[in-house]
Amino acid sequence: MSNTGVLIEIDKGEVKDTSLGVLTAAAGEQIYALVLGDDAAKVKDKLALYGAEHIISITAPGDVAASPDLQAQAITAAIKEYDLKAVLGTASSTGKDLFARIAAVMDVSLVSDCVEIDITEKRAKKSHFSGKTFADLKINGDVFLCTIRPNSIEPAEAPAAGNIIEFKADVKDPGFIKIIETKKSSAEKLDLTEAPVIITGGRAIKAAENYKMLEECADLMGAAVGASRAAVDAGFAPHSMQVGQTGKTVSPKLYIACGVSGAVQHFAGMKTSKVIVAINEDKDAPIFGKCDYGIIGDIFEVVPALTSKLKE
Amino acid sequence: MKIFVCVKHVPDTAASIKLAGDTGFEDSEIKFIASPYDEYGIEEAVSLVEKNGGEVVIVTVGKDDAVSTIRGAMAMGAHRAILVKTDSQFLDSSLTAKALKAAIEQDGAGDIIFTGKGSVDTESFQTQYRLAGLLEMPVVNEVSSLSLDDGKAVVEREIGSGEKEVIEMTLPCIIGADRGLNEPRYPKFPDIMKAKKKEIREIEFSSLDLDESNAMVEMEKLELVPERSGAKMIDGSVDDQAEQLVKILKQDEKVL
Repeated sequence: MSNTGVLIEIDKGEVKDTSLGVLTAAAGEQIYALVLGDDAAKVKDKLALYGAEHIISITAPGDVAASPDLQAQAITAAIKEYDLKAVLGTASSTGKDLFARIAAVMDVSLVSDCVEIDITEKRAKKSHFSGKTFADLKINGDVFLCTIRPNSIEPAEAPAAGNIIEFKADVKDPGFIKIIETKKSSAEKLDLTEAPVIITGGRAIKAAENYKMLEECADLMGAAVGASRAAVDAGFAPHSMQVGQTGKTVSPKLYIACGVSGAVQHFAGMKTSKVIVAINEDKDAPIFGKCDYGIIGDIFEVVPALTSKLKE
Repeated sequence: MKIFVCVKHVPDTAASIKLAGDTGFEDSEIKFIASPYDEYGIEEAVSLVEKNGGEVVIVTVGKDDAVSTIRGAMAMGAHRAILVKTDSQFLDSSLTAKALKAAIEQDGAGDIIFTGKGSVDTESFQTQYRLAGLLEMPVVNEVSSLSLDDGKAVVEREIGSGEKEVIEMTLPCIIGADRGLNEPRYPKFPDIMKAKKKEIREIEFSSLDLDESNAMVEMEKLELVPERSGAKMIDGSVDDQAEQLVKILKQDEKVL
């Protein structure tokens, strides 16, 4: 059993579900949950329930929230202090950024966006070539870092002590970069990369306002709404909603593609989803050859029907 | 301004990958391109130099064949290039960053180093950070907007669900380009011809005193992700279809 850190992501005072999956990925090891800032007490019970033996509440002097470099320094100090041999996190925007910074500071291995990890054997599996292949990697070095693709590991309860330890990192900000503002998006939306269910509208959605139809259906499933490149290029949706090669890579439990033809570049962004459903008017659409369930039909009829069934 | 752009030579995203041995892939018959996000970096560098003067230098770590990708970047307006030659299909991020650092330092410091936000072959999202660590420079990744002002760069970076961080960074710096930063140009024929005459300096990876056997991560096996064999079609009236689908997702697949 080795000392394994799990960097916890917290949103509005709650542990993100994706972080619980990462705790489960570390099951069997001596787990140190790493919490930046002062939310440790709030999330203690949840972290203990999912296997955290220790909870390290990390603080550092200076404006920690505004400096990813300072955050990386503070986490590095904790990794050294508690002799952590492996540190896991979520492959979210923030997670990927922070782990790459820590890897650079510590000069240790980092495997990004893994779908499987074996901490004892130091082996990981991840996508290469946009979901076309999986690479099995052997990780070298005494200490390693790993980010886990959201939703690839189902959280499982594994009660542990969850003792809070206060850790004040004695570190300094290199002063290179500073977050001067965070621009919120207009609507309160689920993050695509972390959503357990996604419903996507392709070119057949025809107009920006028709995404409302998908949003209504999404709300009933706790889903996020995505868009294909064709829909983004046509101006129906912002780039932040794009799934695929030049958009986001997602791996939800359920992916419902509405009026998406199924280009290779789209699949690159969602191929590792557990269940893929396609709804398309064109019976010859390539997507039907590569998904799990298909419905041939007009999305403007099928989606509302689906919404009303979900309400029942 | 002197701007470096780190460009990776990768299989075309539309190419189908055929395995070769346990850890490699067939690379002689498929088309290679500049990793798509790198193109946003090239475009940004070229437009900045068009506005402010200076030069754009492409730096690539790759096989001999990477010359075709470098010529493409030159056709977009880059002035010259450095190719660090390696025979390896997969060089880990740490060694790649060290090779890039050596090439950049041999050439002399620049004001900005662009990379893509990640490469579409190994998808490791870390080379730019390691390079920043080695060069002791600031780095911000997934940048979709950039403005330069008074020796500083102000960038925007998306952090999920449409939220954006506005970040101020000191120069020189490293910027990982994302879609949205610009619209990469299509080179015109005369630019393609001109690109053929531009200078590519070659450096042997083996001359850099970096040990390839020192990789932090080693490939043990590369395997194809099985394709789904085709959809189970759900027939019936629209109402029936919706009902069956909900039942399947809740009861059989248990994903709702």
